[in-house]
Amino acid sequence: MIPTDLFDGMSEPVRKAWERSLTSGRAAMSRRRMLQGTSLAAGGALLAACGIPPAEGGDDGQDKEKPRDLSDKEKVLNFANWPLYVDVDDDDENKRPTLDAFQRESGIKVKYIEDINDNNEFYGKIKPQLAAGQDTGRDLICLSDWMAGRLIKHGWARRLNPANLPNAVANLENRFRNAAHDPGRQFSYPWAGTAAVIAYNKKATKGKVVKSVTQLLEDDSLKGKVSMLTEMHDTMGLTLLDMGKDSADFSDDDYSAAIAKIQKAVDSRQIRRFTGNDYMDELNSGDIAACVAWAGDVVQLQFDNPDVQFYLPDNGYLFGTDDLLVPAKAKHQKNAETLINYYYQPKVAAELAAWVNYICPVVGAKEELAKIDKELAQDPLIVPDAKMIAKGHNFRQLSEKEETRYEDQFAKLIGA
Amino acid sequence: MSPALTTAPPPPGAAAPAEAPPAAPERRPRLTPYWLLLPAGIWLAVFFVAPLFYQASTSVQTGSLEEGYQVTWHFATYWEALQDYGPHFLRSFLYAAVATALCLLIGYPLAYMIAFRAGRWRGLLLVMVIAPFFTSFLIRTLAWKSILSDSGPVVSALNSLHLLDVTSWLGLTADDRVLATPLAVICGLTYNFLPFMVLPLYSSLERIDPALHEASRDLYAKPSTTFRRVTFPLSLPGVVAGTLLTFIPASGDYINAQLLGSPREQMVGNAIQKQFLNVLDYPTAAAMSFILMALILVMVTLYMRRAGTEDLV
Repeated sequence: MIPTDLFDGMSEPVRKAWERSLTSGRAAMSRRRMLQGTSLAAGGALLAACGIPPAEGGDDGQDKEKPRDLSDKEKVLNFANWPLYVDVDDDDENKRPTLDAFQRESGIKVKYIEDINDNNEFYGKIKPQLAAGQDTGRDLICLSDWMAGRLIKHGWARRLNPANLPNAVANLENRFRNAAHDPGRQFSYPWAGTAAVIAYNKKATKGKVVKSVTQLLEDDSLKGKVSMLTEMHDTMGLTLLDMGKDSADFSDDDYSAAIAKIQKAVDSRQIRRFTGNDYMDELNSGDIAACVAWAGDVVQLQFDNPDVQFYLPDNGYLFGTDDLLVPAKAKHQKNAETLINYYYQPKVAAELAAWVNYICPVVGAKEELAKIDKELAQDPLIVPDAKMIAKGHNFRQLSEKEETRYEDQFAKLIGA
Repeated sequence: MSPALTTAPPPPGAAAPAEAPPAAPERRPRLTPYWLLLPAGIWLAVFFVAPLFYQASTSVQTGSLEEGYQVTWHFATYWEALQDYGPHFLRSFLYAAVATALCLLIGYPLAYMIAFRAGRWRGLLLVMVIAPFFTSFLIRTLAWKSILSDSGPVVSALNSLHLLDVTSWLGLTADDRVLATPLAVICGLTYNFLPFMVLPLYSSLERIDPALHEASRDLYAKPSTTFRRVTFPLSLPGVVAGTLLTFIPASGDYINAQLLGSPREQMVGNAIQKQFLNVLDYPTAAAMSFILMALILVMVTLYMRRAGTEDLV
């Protein structure tokens, strides 16, 4: 059944959580009971009736009142993912080799929708349904770890059945099992790992290597040619690390200090823009000389432009995962699990990683990747080596209140 | 208006007044306007009034996503939003005003030329004015990024002419580049909203009877006097409509500032978008939307008072 060496190198509580997860049973996580029933303000009943219900799901929704899983009757799966996050045939944009093979193999028809562009935005979209205990119409979604953690905390993610996930249980890299937001991976499995690093265009920096966030923010020769990401966790995490803080354990003051440091660079026009993935074009052309970038994007740019380089800051880089999870009340959980399990075969994972170029969380994928492309298999940004792994840091789990406050500070910083 | 309207032929329902009692034929045509208004009325109620009402409610709520939002009539949100985002509001109106002025300066001669001098090219020129709408707003704005690229020909040309030194002295550009400066945002706004200026201008200019120009000349007016005393006053409805159609959407725009500006050029639309979608602070976002609407309404009212709207069609 469960291989015994699975838990090697794990701390005691994590191992416990894993055992609980694999033997099912009641929720291992304690759920927070939120204050409810704040009374409605007097008067204006009509306007008042428009209030937005609390985010708290009410009850667990998983063990007590198990929603019907129609997987056996309906061989369909609604899968929401980020754009450009699955392999696409080079000749035909409508063909997705691994996904198509899955459909043939399992007989499950996948409705693949690329409608996640931003964690918060997507959360705002599905939250009303989740809070009202309704089906979101999506059976499988892919969210960054901190947002996945928020859904799990609210009881809006379905507990996965390990019996349907033998490949995933066996092949998930050990270091991904130790996830603060989902200890023991009861609710989520990584689709890919992300690394926020420093990237620069050698031609635009005139050969200069950009090594730290401080240099990004203060080097005069980069003035007006620096960008950072609009993703708060990545930009702030990397800056906190640069300031010698721990991105997994920092205080409000640390955060404010990091904001102030970047604000100075905004005011002096050192920073050109805050961007989503759209920094790629400008980094390629040299309009952006150096930036905070996602490792997977750097790999893709390097295919065409050898001037684009990355640097792992000495104080470390920010590491995270994008996790697959099944929203509460989803109608096709088993189909979703079948898909997760499928992607945890080393061969399939390698095929995906070869196209997506983000960090692959599957054991044994490196060997398979070498069969597709030797160079890619050696790239530490896809299959990290020991040095790369050691430098990765996570971002602290935030309460929703902290999240709102930090996002608000960050929004003001990026000019909106 | 014209006396013809008061003696308009009676509607079909009143065609046989001899047989019907006098009251009946009068009631039916009175209902007709309401039936005609119905589709638009329903549309507005569902897609304008209801969301507006919902937003109004949201703007006076307090709470958080975690605890839920309750209506507490917390009007302080408005004041806080105005304090926090005052510069964004100012910047939006400033950029929109400059862009509107530029649109008028560029659009008026163009509309004039199409209306009076284009001859058989008129149709083609009009199509060319509208042609950019065949591509999406977003793509067009992205295209400007390549055009104005730091190492691109436009910026090099401007630099060799030392024009960027002038704009940078004016505070419109910085560091010998155009992208990520106020100039880029204003240019983007001007470009994107130009057709909204040209089309109303054209339609009001085109309606001017050429005989009036001849009459003016016969009365020994110089061409410049003709323009000042005849053409321009008659085109005022177009000017008013064009400036409104340009200024209002431009002050709420966020795409241009997002793609062509730096963090220091973000407009109020960017702030509202961020609050709604990233911070998820719905009350502040809703309050900002209302402040924006109210300010625009006030400005438009004052403007219309001054400009006069009697002839505005």
